[in-house]
Amino acid sequence: MADISKEQVKHVAHLARLAVTDEEVDKLSDELSAIIDYAEQLNELDTDGIEPTTHVLDLKNIMRKDEAKEWITQEDALKNAPDHHGGQFRVPSIMADS
Amino acid sequence: MNFETIIGLEVHVELKTNSKIFSPSINEFGSDPNTNVNPIDLGYPGTLPVLNEEAVNFAMKAAMALNCEVATNTKFDRKNYFYPDNPKAYQISQFDQPIGEHGWIEIEVNGKKKKIGITRLHLEEDAGKLTHGEDGYSYVDFNRQGTPLIEIVSEPDMRSPEEAYAYLEKLKNIIQYTGVSDVKMQEGSLRCDANISLRPIGQEKFGTKAELKNLNSFSFVQKGLEFEEKRQEKVLLSGGEILQETRRYDEKTKETILMRVKEGSDDYRYFPEPDLVPLYIDEEWKERVRSEIPELPDARRQRYVSELGLSEYDADVLTASKQMSDFFEEAVDHGADIKQVSNWLMGEVSAYMNKHYKELQELAITPEALAKMIKLIEDGTISSKIAKKVFAELVEKGGDPEQIVKDQGLVQISDPEQLKEVVNKILDENEQSIIDFKNGKGKAKGFLVGQIMKATKGQANPPLVNKILAEELDKR
Repeated sequence: MADISKEQVKHVAHLARLAVTDEEVDKLSDELSAIIDYAEQLNELDTDGIEPTTHVLDLKNIMRKDEAKEWITQEDALKNAPDHHGGQFRVPSIMADS
Repeated sequence: MNFETIIGLEVHVELKTNSKIFSPSINEFGSDPNTNVNPIDLGYPGTLPVLNEEAVNFAMKAAMALNCEVATNTKFDRKNYFYPDNPKAYQISQFDQPIGEHGWIEIEVNGKKKKIGITRLHLEEDAGKLTHGEDGYSYVDFNRQGTPLIEIVSEPDMRSPEEAYAYLEKLKNIIQYTGVSDVKMQEGSLRCDANISLRPIGQEKFGTKAELKNLNSFSFVQKGLEFEEKRQEKVLLSGGEILQETRRYDEKTKETILMRVKEGSDDYRYFPEPDLVPLYIDEEWKERVRSEIPELPDARRQRYVSELGLSEYDADVLTASKQMSDFFEEAVDHGADIKQVSNWLMGEVSAYMNKHYKELQELAITPEALAKMIKLIEDGTISSKIAKKVFAELVEKGGDPEQIVKDQGLVQISDPEQLKEVVNKILDENEQSIIDFKNGKGKAKGFLVGQIMKATKGQANPPLVNKILAEELDKR
């Protein structure tokens, strides 16, 4: 049984900007462990001699030509914004901290 | 204790494709906010990215020009982070299979040449632009979102802020020649972060590094690093410890200011981008791109010295920008004398550009016009003094030098009879100068030449004036 600790759950929740209660942490710790276990079954397969892949489709080099086109207006772009001003999206002040 | 400085640079360069890397939005600087955006750039659900082939070509071109090995199998990855400049909450980037690796460029500092390694060059999308208001809000313009970007990471090979400056100049120069970017720091098409650490001389292990941000010009990079070098030395000498920090360079105080201390490494949870299929770059594709790389600055510089006979200094100055170098070659192609073109470009043209804060392509003068003007000087139609008048007209308004000379009556007076008349008139009016001259005062002759030039509005052929004046003075 994989062991996803409560600390790991809190860390992942923070990265995803999810607020979780202590109760939820307990529950998620169990559930995530079970999910990891489920995925672990893949390790039982013999993959010797099989090329690693990063994509399930047997496709490569799907590209478009470098042609620009107008699509939507500024008004359209801002239509769903909770707040905007002067043609820009407006958000609560963010000081440099990425 | 003496310390050695270790510097590595991360440079971001925007590629000047017509459209964005994953969407057909217009890729352009300076438009009204949020006009060059579409649902893909804005991260709307249900949209999918499609890779712009030209962005890949441009990235390959830059990688090759920086002596990188170009990957055969490559792909894109998701870098996950939350920030208002990033509408999808992830940036499409490249993680473990960058398009270019193991490159290098050669720099020269104080006459010493040195190779600086390039760890990797990868392709990614730029984020939107954030402006922080004084009113408790931040403002987001997504025009920049999705602009193709290459990130170029150097090896920690630089040992001084001067070397870092030289590296940036060289990198900019090379990229500019490839034509894949404008590399204008003032427009953000070239941006730089710097990592710097100190270690006691002789120690192999690197010290803890600080990362410098907000470096808005090459000279700020150098100044920020110089400040940081001293700061870290002071901390270390007083027995303190350098923390892994992100610091900001303040242009006013010329100091670096702590932004935050990094604890542990960033956790971006990279994974292969499921919305894009892998890229396979075969030899044929690589060769096609390689064949499109124009002559690069080092090769050009060498050619100017060995084939055109220019001095190393002149070759350096002329090739420092592609526009200047291209202008030079075009003027020479139009038949102008190599040394003359070089002198005019490095002299009057550069002086005008510096004085008016203009770029070469903003000037009205064309390479052909400069070449014609130089020919007019050479065949004696105008004196080099008059040429400055013609140049002033050309640089402001453009046009044809021959026409300007004709229209403004600037043709040089080279008719001996006509000049003799002027010379004698001036001599008649300046008896005292003749006496002074006869008494051995050389200055008197200079005064007379000045009067003659004045009388002819500077159009008299100077060598001819000297000759005739000498003859006429003898006769008196």
